Amino acid sequence: MVLVLALGDLHVPHRAADLPPKFKSMLVPGKIQHIICTGNLCIKEIHDYLKTICPDLHIVRGEFDEDARYPENKTLTIGQFKLGLCHGHQVIPWGDLDSLAMLQRQLGVDILVTGHTHQFTAYKHEGGVVINPGSATGAYSSINQDVNPSFVLMDIDGFRAVVYVYELIDGEVKVDKIEFKKPPTSNSAP
Amino acid sequence: MIAEDDEKWLAAANAAVKQNAFYMQRAIDSNNLKDALKFSAQMLSELRTSKLSPHKYYELYMRVFNELGTLEIFFKEETGRGCSIAELYELVQHAGNILPRLYLLCTIGSVYIKSKDVTTTDILKDLVEMCRAVQHPLRGLFLRSYLAQVTRDKLPSIGSELEGDGDAQMNALEFVLQNFTEMNKLWVRMQHQGSSREKEKREKERNELRDLVGKNLHVLSQLEGVDLGIYRDTVLPRILEQVVNCKDELAQCYLMDCIIQVFPDDFHLQTLDVLLGVCPQLQPSVDIKTVLSGLMERLSNYAASSVEALPNFLQVEAFSKFNYAIGKVVEAQVDLPAAGSVTLYLFLLKFTLHVYSDRLDYVDQVLGSCVTQLSATGKLCDDKAAKQIVAFLRAPLEKYNNVVTILKLTNYPRVMEYLDHETNKTMAIIIVQSVLKNNTHISTADEVDALFELAKGLIKDFDGTIDNEIDEEDFQEEQNFVARLVHNLYNDDPEEMSKIIFTVRKHILTGGPKRLPLTIPALVFSALKLIRRLRGGDENPFGDDASATPKRILQLLSETVEALSDVSAPDLALRLYLQCAQAANDCELETVTYEFFTKAYLLYEEEISDSKAQVTALRLIIGTLQRMRVLSVENRDILTHKATGYSARLLRKPDQCRAVYECAHLFWADECENLKDGERVVLCLIRAQRIADAVQNMTNASRGTSSTGSVALYVELLNKYLYFLEKGNTKVTGDTIKSLAELIRSETKKVESGAESFINSTLRYIEFQRQQDGGMSEKYEKIKMEWFE
Repeated sequence: MVLVLALGDLHVPHRAADLPPKFKSMLVPGKIQHIICTGNLCIKEIHDYLKTICPDLHIVRGEFDEDARYPENKTLTIGQFKLGLCHGHQVIPWGDLDSLAMLQRQLGVDILVTGHTHQFTAYKHEGGVVINPGSATGAYSSINQDVNPSFVLMDIDGFRAVVYVYELIDGEVKVDKIEFKKPPTSNSAP
Repeated sequence: MIAEDDEKWLAAANAAVKQNAFYMQRAIDSNNLKDALKFSAQMLSELRTSKLSPHKYYELYMRVFNELGTLEIFFKEETGRGCSIAELYELVQHAGNILPRLYLLCTIGSVYIKSKDVTTTDILKDLVEMCRAVQHPLRGLFLRSYLAQVTRDKLPSIGSELEGDGDAQMNALEFVLQNFTEMNKLWVRMQHQGSSREKEKREKERNELRDLVGKNLHVLSQLEGVDLGIYRDTVLPRILEQVVNCKDELAQCYLMDCIIQVFPDDFHLQTLDVLLGVCPQLQPSVDIKTVLSGLMERLSNYAASSVEALPNFLQVEAFSKFNYAIGKVVEAQVDLPAAGSVTLYLFLLKFTLHVYSDRLDYVDQVLGSCVTQLSATGKLCDDKAAKQIVAFLRAPLEKYNNVVTILKLTNYPRVMEYLDHETNKTMAIIIVQSVLKNNTHISTADEVDALFELAKGLIKDFDGTIDNEIDEEDFQEEQNFVARLVHNLYNDDPEEMSKIIFTVRKHILTGGPKRLPLTIPALVFSALKLIRRLRGGDENPFGDDASATPKRILQLLSETVEALSDVSAPDLALRLYLQCAQAANDCELETVTYEFFTKAYLLYEEEISDSKAQVTALRLIIGTLQRMRVLSVENRDILTHKATGYSARLLRKPDQCRAVYECAHLFWADECENLKDGERVVLCLIRAQRIADAVQNMTNASRGTSSTGSVALYVELLNKYLYFLEKGNTKVTGDTIKSLAELIRSETKKVESGAESFINSTLRYIEFQRQQDGGMSEKYEKIKMEWFE
């Protein structure tokens, strides 16, 4: 059982002061093995904070990120899954699932984690799964009118991934769960 | 030298005591009263020495004291055998020297207190008088200490079994008071013994002995019958009389503190006048601050621990008394450094916050008094005072945990005026952090204005002095606080919120070039949120003069973002312009949308020259433009044309290719029929392919030494054709796709392209789509082909 925290688009301090307190109290150091971040933190303080929750932090560049050294995209393997990470402002039209599917094919990953729209999605298609953890702070978005703070926790166990999405709606944390299985005879790239 | 001698004398004295004690004990065991007295007197003679330091004398005294315990028991037994006090007294007179005699008399006297042979009153009175005979400070002090110790459990005190009527209590009271008075006199006299060179040493020695004197006060506090009335009418006046009259700094300091610590808090409250009134009468060298602060602290804790007592504070007008007293002290001590007076006010402030937390007017008064004091000394230049003022200003902040309350204190900003720049900034940071930590919500433009005024040390540079020494990271962190703060400034009423935005902008724009890029974005997004809210409201409900219309706010934002261009932050400005354009689009403001794009484009052309930055900026432009629905056909055309032009002129060919095929999306809006131009989509893709061909040629020319990813570009293009095929673009023909696929196949045969997996996944996708029911497989029929690998 490997816990992977997926979050992004915090936009601190431009669009939000901080993560919601209810989220902060849930994100306890030492419980999570990997963090994958879609970008737009935007400042070093948030980077450092995330590192205290888990030192294995993977992050890609959002268009408002202060640190220009983050890569445009990244791939990594956890369990039997190959994950791809990209902020999403690079994929036009923004939020278009077919265009995202193309990126997924290009990167050759089972799970593509992407952001930018500040809208949680978990979309299963021919090539795999696209997951958007939304905005962890519920930051303003020009694309999405109604943003609730959200993040995703993936429990990866071999060929099975359970995706928990946590959303803060009207002050309460709501949880939902989606399961994905990868067939053992791998169709994706070696 | 002297220390060694000291040890020697003590050793000798100890030995003598031990020896005499031994014989005394033997006499006691054989009921030999006379001998017991004789040896005890000899033993006590050791205490006549002048050779020991107070510290050593104390050791000797303790040893003797222990031995006297046995003697006391013996005397008690003697009384049981019928020996009267008068007889014992008589026998004791034979002891040669006065000191041993007095010790013995005290011992005997204390035994007889319990016997009721003679009245307690008389005994006590006699003893305390007799001790006058010893006027040597050290010896007298210890003698009287002995007297106090040996009578202690024989006085009617709280918790003792001894009953006493009113008279007995008064007599006990009188006894202790007198003993105390005499002891203090002796103690003070020690100050004047010896040469002036040894003053420091003497003071140190006196300090070692002070508890002997203080103990009396403790006994007084434990005496039964010492209620508020007696305390106020008898005890306190007598003690204070001695305190004032002794005119000794050491004694006064110590005893004042003792009084405060030893007697109950509600006594102090009720005698506040008296206590405060005595302060000016003390020696000038006495540190009144310590006395007052000690008193205030005790009373603060009292208020904190017993809510029922609070009304008493009001009743005795504690606040105004302290305020007045402190004012007097500060007035009197002209040389008091700023740090000192601020400390006093700090204690008063803490006291006020504890006791009268809901009386903001009192708090403000204290602040005002401090301001008056500071105005006399001018702007501070020493660290110590600055630290104290920061502590002073922090106190209400930490007490109320709510900046909005602080904003009501009219004197608060006036105190801050006296801080130097550095400290002012420190304080500003503390204030802002308080808002963030407590998540305080500030909801009116006036309060926002006041807050930014308070925090101006953080918001801007002072009068042209730019702080060049500051660490970059620290500076950014500080400004990030300000940015975060903006999100706590909020009102549901759009009109008020609009005012807040204007106010924030007013302050932020004074920040200077280094600050603007860090603070403007927060303002912009706060305004965009407001615009979104306004959008949902009625059309023009406020009339022409209203500030709160989307158009007006966007106009404001346009000017605000412009300020960023002046400070070399074009990338940020471009992004903000695009955000505003989207907001304008959502509000269906066509011209405004176009304006923002114009500004963004101009920045792209004129200011963004870094290749990598151009690629990202262009993507953002294309991405934003693709979503615009409000633009007229002409305007959209102009912007699209320019965007494709920029795309074709990016530096690196692969970047060009990608940007151009992304432009294809500008001609296709899924949900809008009249924004679908299949032909121009394909034109873009063809153009992109030509650029990919050029990349291919470059690879060939350099003899295939390194893959420039041209095959990957072809595969991406293929995917894009598929995308538009699926969307129903009739201009995407099967032939086009097939020939592209053919091209890819032939290229991959020549050399390792690195795009194998991409090709495979694309092929898989094609196959999958072909299997789909309905329209999708029909479309894919068009491109049925063989693919051998």
